Amino acid sequence: MATAVENPAVQVAGRFGAYGGRYVPETLMAALEELEAAYAVAQDDPAFHAELDGLLHHYCGRPTPLYFAKRMSEQLGGAKIYLKREDLLHTGAHKINNALGQGLLARRMGKQRIIAETGAGQHGVATATVCALLGLECVIYMGEEDMRRQELNVYRMRLLGADVRGVASGSATLKDAINEAMRDWVTNVRTTYYVLGSALGAHPYPTMVRNFHRVISIEARKQFLEEVGRLPDAVVACVGGGSNAIGAFYEFIPDASVKLVGVEAGGRGTALGEHAARFQKTGGGLPGVLQGTYSYVLQNDYGQVATTHSVSAGLDYASVGPEHAMLHDSGRAEYVSCSDEEALKATVALSRTEGIVPALESAHAVAEGMRMAARMGKDQILMINLSGRGDKDMGIMARELNLQGATKDSTIAGGL
Amino acid sequence: MPIAFETKPGIVAYLTAGDPDLATTRDIALAAIDNGADVIELGVPFSDPLADGPVIQRASERAVARGTRLTDVLGIAAELRKARPACGLVLFSYLNPVVRMGMKEFCTKAAEVGADGVLLTDMIVEEAGEYLAEMSANELAPVFLAAPTSPDARLKAIGENSKGFVYAISRVGITGTRDTVASDAPGLVERLRKFTTLPIAVGFGISNAAHVKAVGEFADAAVIGSALVALIEKTGPTDAATAVGSFIAGLRGR
Repeated sequence: MATAVENPAVQVAGRFGAYGGRYVPETLMAALEELEAAYAVAQDDPAFHAELDGLLHHYCGRPTPLYFAKRMSEQLGGAKIYLKREDLLHTGAHKINNALGQGLLARRMGKQRIIAETGAGQHGVATATVCALLGLECVIYMGEEDMRRQELNVYRMRLLGADVRGVASGSATLKDAINEAMRDWVTNVRTTYYVLGSALGAHPYPTMVRNFHRVISIEARKQFLEEVGRLPDAVVACVGGGSNAIGAFYEFIPDASVKLVGVEAGGRGTALGEHAARFQKTGGGLPGVLQGTYSYVLQNDYGQVATTHSVSAGLDYASVGPEHAMLHDSGRAEYVSCSDEEALKATVALSRTEGIVPALESAHAVAEGMRMAARMGKDQILMINLSGRGDKDMGIMARELNLQGATKDSTIAGGL
Repeated sequence: MPIAFETKPGIVAYLTAGDPDLATTRDIALAAIDNGADVIELGVPFSDPLADGPVIQRASERAVARGTRLTDVLGIAAELRKARPACGLVLFSYLNPVVRMGMKEFCTKAAEVGADGVLLTDMIVEEAGEYLAEMSANELAPVFLAAPTSPDARLKAIGENSKGFVYAISRVGITGTRDTVASDAPGLVERLRKFTTLPIAVGFGISNAAHVKAVGEFADAAVIGSALVALIEKTGPTDAATAVGSFIAGLRGR
């Protein structure tokens, strides 16, 4: 399977170069075909877009601002840094763009029962929110390790009426929550809609989820042209499954002058199991099949999927969306990694220079953005997609950054 | 090709290779064959068995934790083929271990060790171009799954691309034992018959002699998986082969 070869007898869709496709138990195929057909109809229906756009504006708060981070830019002394403020959306992260789109689609399809998986809890919160809004039953699968790390979001989901189910298998993180959600879906496929939370899984999910997040780069591109007068030189985003990144990159892909940089979780080391950096040369990431799609997968020599580590639950995933695999191989986007420690330092830096506390996921993009900006010229412009806000991570930040006493001492800011 | 069901209904026995250990898996398989199993499905353990219920999931986790590799499973297959030349032997896997080895290399080796067929849980017919070409080049039987949710057009493609037998999933859901054979099953088998003359084996939830008898009324064979794996889990390595042998004999009414 160096290159995917389709069965010439039957048609297949949803490829990103060699990546993507559909590798699922047969029981799910009818549901994927039904979803693909329903999505195609919705995509061509102005009424669907009108309702989605209306809710994105009035309920979620779009368009999100493009904010010039003046103090941070000045302190670094390089490129002008702009933040695309997805953290200001309702529920606190970009995830609502997709959850709302898929929720409306589920309702059109007549599905009353919604399931979803969540890592950091942001997709779970977004899905539970949309289910409350649309009056749908909601079950969320979450790794027990992530439930511990993201306790506040567990409370939020329960408050919103969701049934949050802990998953203890494997590493008890996002990968295991997806397995459990897929088991539920296989069992209840006739009545249940699976709101997949990132641009991964079997076709049509990677395309559909990307399209629901395209709004990020559609807005950003317009905002740069209207407010700044030109396109940025670089766009930086964190990459777990890769939904915020593909949303932030997509409309800039044809603009060759815009460098696209994805930032993976470097965790606490380069050994397998210590990070979630699928694209780094020494990290153990190779093309493979996990959870319905052909993409890069962290695995051992025998094809067993590796456990992962990141301080950020939302980046703690062994595979990555297939469109990123294509962008990586073609060289159109560059993928780097940043460590837990660098992400924590960037969290402090952004908090203290701009008064904005980023989610630990987004802090990975901030760390790389700071590194890049410092090397770039003052006449250059860089956009960081600030995918979510840090409220949910306050427990981890308190512990990792020792915020118990007076913290005026800025030495923890390190990089600045 | 030894995939044949001479006494109807036939019995297909699924085992997770490497649980509790490879040598025991081999002994269990031999006992199953000697007591009436027509086909052994030798399962390659995988870290993320998302189509499986808790019983097989646990077995898979134990086998992966012991370091069981695809090459080890091929080794056991070779031993079984040598010891029992007439039994049906199907390698059962999720895709990733196979992709990691390389599809071409895997199919070549599967043929070399004497496997009759291969079943890949997460390989659907639409994606199977390279797989089918390699299976054909090595004279191996690709066994595809058919589900109650598969519309006729899919059943046609599944029937046309399968060899050996077609595996009909008795109900929507994951593997695991149930009290009765699902009501979805007879209808699915009847629809499948329109598109294939191959034997049809029914699996998912088949766990006792009454189930096997019920399956025999409308299909050619029954697949026993979780019930065997649970028995092995309960029995422990020393007695597992004997326990599985008498269980299979019981299914045959012996």
